[in-house]
Amino acid sequence: MMPSSLAATALRPVPEPPLALLAELTHRCPLACPYCANPLELERASAELDTADWLRVLDEAAALGVLQVHFSGGEPCARRDLLELVKRAADRGLYSNLITSGVTLNQAEIDRLAAAGLDHVQLSFQDAEAGSADRLGGFRGGHARKLALATMVHAAGLPLTVNFVVHRQNLERLPAMLVLGETLGASRIEIAHVQYYGWGLVNRAALMPSLAQLEAATAIVEQARVTLHGRVTIDYVVPDYHATRPKACMGGWARRIINITPAGLALPCHAAETLPGFTFPSVRSQDLAGIWRDDPLFTKFRGTDWMPEPCQSCERREIDWGGCRCQALALTGDAANTDPACALSPHHAVMADAVALATGPTPDLVYRRISGIAALTSAVG
Amino acid sequence: MSVPRFNRGFRLRRDEVRGSWVVLAPERLFALDDHAAEVLQLVDGKRSTVEIVTALAEKFAAPASEIGADVDAMLQDLMGKGAITL
Repeated sequence: MMPSSLAATALRPVPEPPLALLAELTHRCPLACPYCANPLELERASAELDTADWLRVLDEAAALGVLQVHFSGGEPCARRDLLELVKRAADRGLYSNLITSGVTLNQAEIDRLAAAGLDHVQLSFQDAEAGSADRLGGFRGGHARKLALATMVHAAGLPLTVNFVVHRQNLERLPAMLVLGETLGASRIEIAHVQYYGWGLVNRAALMPSLAQLEAATAIVEQARVTLHGRVTIDYVVPDYHATRPKACMGGWARRIINITPAGLALPCHAAETLPGFTFPSVRSQDLAGIWRDDPLFTKFRGTDWMPEPCQSCERREIDWGGCRCQALALTGDAANTDPACALSPHHAVMADAVALATGPTPDLVYRRISGIAALTSAVG
Repeated sequence: MSVPRFNRGFRLRRDEVRGSWVVLAPERLFALDDHAAEVLQLVDGKRSTVEIVTALAEKFAAPASEIGADVDAMLQDLMGKGAITL
């Protein structure tokens, strides 16, 4: 007779393979954005995976069924082997996307990446005007370099997405951001409200928009979608603090995306290292297919069996998948709770309390630093 | 005469793991049914829409008028999604 744990493994249905790999090559970055999606505890260069490990991860990902790879960071161009990794992704048929701050690349480098088979570049902006953008990114002259990179991307024959992270300190310039995106020849513009985890949560009171700001922004985006239809695709990511239903975080836990950290941990989402009680699987010692199929971190919240009420009997349980586990943990103390963004959550009031901060005074920003949290309010003086 | 072609950043690919065809795009993926896959495999930036319809009508022994309507609707839809230029 099989031990019960083995029986459970044998009976569990084989999950659909992931569609995308988020390859966080490094946490090193010239910028210091106070809403960075990286964890508060950043990895140093000495802890990073080596080239051979990443090449193996790309091979395993393609074999598993991954179709797209997002080379991200930190700043992925800080890795000297980026060109080699892009080439391997292309050799394996993977659609490759470079998610970059754009402040270090030159024309020769972007040309080499294009020749190696890079499919697409996503360039981040902090604002539509240089003074504010450089202040938010903590990098003087950064905005001007990004503008120059957009031209270089076109010259290399690559398609471009420009990404603007928006919040109460730059939302008034949303119309200018859309104009800038179109002027730069982007085929896709991403307007992403700050997501309040990690660094964003640290700076929540300084960044959270009011409901009126959010509604105005949403109306502007809707209008632009009509105006730019067929020419520019606009993706819009809203903050769920003002919502009544949670977002389908990562398209559902361990359903579509697998994330590899700079140190080689495999995670169902880039914030999952905040979850207590797990030994995080490493690609240094385990293969990707086995991790995806069987690792407890991946199986714990996959599907709907784990769900508490009100999720378990909710007709939307396979639409929003219970929302975000990391947000449930950060705001309710238990990752297995319903995401408090849902109005049906008994903890929903914590969202309203945070939104109330949006009408209060704006504290100083805490900038992202590898040495940990440090208030550097005069980073750009 | 209109010659459909994929826009930069959009790529048609066979997905062997799932046994289907997909169009890959920035932060997007279009899963194709068998009909769409037949049409898009002929979109090469050289064949005109008429030539694509003729080829499909021959392959499936179906009236070109019927196939033409389906192909037009599909290409218009993909153009609206920014995937192809006609």
